[in-house]
Amino acid sequence: MNDEIDAPLARPRSTAAVAGARTPRVENPLFEYLLRLADDRLVLGHRMSEWCGHGPILEQDIALSNIALDFIGHASALLSLAGVVEGKGRNEDALAYFREGVEFRNALMVELPKGDFGFTMVRQFLFDAYSVLLLDALSRASDERLAAIAAKCLKEDKYHFRHSSEWVVRLGDGTEESHWRAQQALDELWRYTGELFEPDAVDAELAVQGIIVDHEAIRARWRIMVEDVMQRATLAVPADGAMRRGGRAGRHTEHLGHMLAEMQIVARSHPGATW
Amino acid sequence: MTTVAPRSRDAVFAILDAVKDPEVPVISVVELGIVRDAVVEGDMVRVTVTPTYSGCPAMREIEDDIRAALVACGVREVIVDTVFAPAWTTDWIGPAAREKLRAYGIAPPGRAEPQGLVTLTRSRVPVSCPYCGSANTRLQSEFGSTACKAIHVCRHCQQPFEEFKAF
Repeated sequence: MNDEIDAPLARPRSTAAVAGARTPRVENPLFEYLLRLADDRLVLGHRMSEWCGHGPILEQDIALSNIALDFIGHASALLSLAGVVEGKGRNEDALAYFREGVEFRNALMVELPKGDFGFTMVRQFLFDAYSVLLLDALSRASDERLAAIAAKCLKEDKYHFRHSSEWVVRLGDGTEESHWRAQQALDELWRYTGELFEPDAVDAELAVQGIIVDHEAIRARWRIMVEDVMQRATLAVPADGAMRRGGRAGRHTEHLGHMLAEMQIVARSHPGATW
Repeated sequence: MTTVAPRSRDAVFAILDAVKDPEVPVISVVELGIVRDAVVEGDMVRVTVTPTYSGCPAMREIEDDIRAALVACGVREVIVDTVFAPAWTTDWIGPAAREKLRAYGIAPPGRAEPQGLVTLTRSRVPVSCPYCGSANTRLQSEFGSTACKAIHVCRHCQQPFEEFKAF
């Protein structure tokens, strides 16, 4: 694993380190925040779509493709709003297909290769539990446009969460092999969960605008949900060790570039094409 | 279908009631609750729609169909605005449309779940078979051919069938 992604650059420079210095102001915090929300869903949706035609059983092939479409739909709505907030004439397609990897703001967890079905479902579960709690909070945001999208996405995320949590229980409490694979996935993914709850300068600036996300409260509730499902699944929740981070600052794993190359090539090869 | 350009909200809704959902061609976009509002401003019509599911690939086609239907009736310009609030719910589908779904072989949606966070343990009420009416059915998959449908199997008549999910 590349340790570079754990470098401290991803965090806003500590104000305590430089006496009297003010936290650097983020130029357009709502735009930045919308990119984070959208990119998590766009990248994870693309990873889910890689199961289309490869699902372990037909029903799951259909389910994963359906969920992928929901995520891409959520990303589309969020990127569309991001384009409006940015005010530079970029629409959702420009933001999805014509940004470079370093401009993506997704958490590292969602860009990891899809792995086996166990890895996919455990990642889905960890993200869905987080997303349900976050969107629930954002559905009460002071920005009505964001609140409306969050409330809409939340309805769909709730059945995504049910789907992934049922599968985590089924796999964890299933055969010896499914249990082992699910546990291995959980152990591998755990180091990517910390980044989901790390507040930084963008959150601080957003709070000034009245969009307050209480990361600690969400993390505490997330932890309870995860422990509940893992107990039913007979899986052990790993200890919190060093956490990987960097995605929110555009510093990604080597996997994102390959994914974007595939995701963006049609739009870039045929700009303006419709089908 | 009239060839006189619509002059009221009701007239626009009447035209759009002929625009069917491309995935479920027995009910219209009005019956589905996708069309939320319409305003006539001279020879321009502004239609407000809301998506069913965020990822529904039919939404763009539905917008195009809405435009085409109004243009065919002599409207010069159609603007379609998308809103997300209030979030679409199957509770907006009326009794007549539910009967059309059933006759088409799709079990109509039950009542949407109340808002609030999801619980893992929930009771599933069996969905009645649209073919034989039996409640002796089982859920095969919560995901079907489109985002809005689940797959069930009737134990009584052995027929697999789709359900328009309560949402």
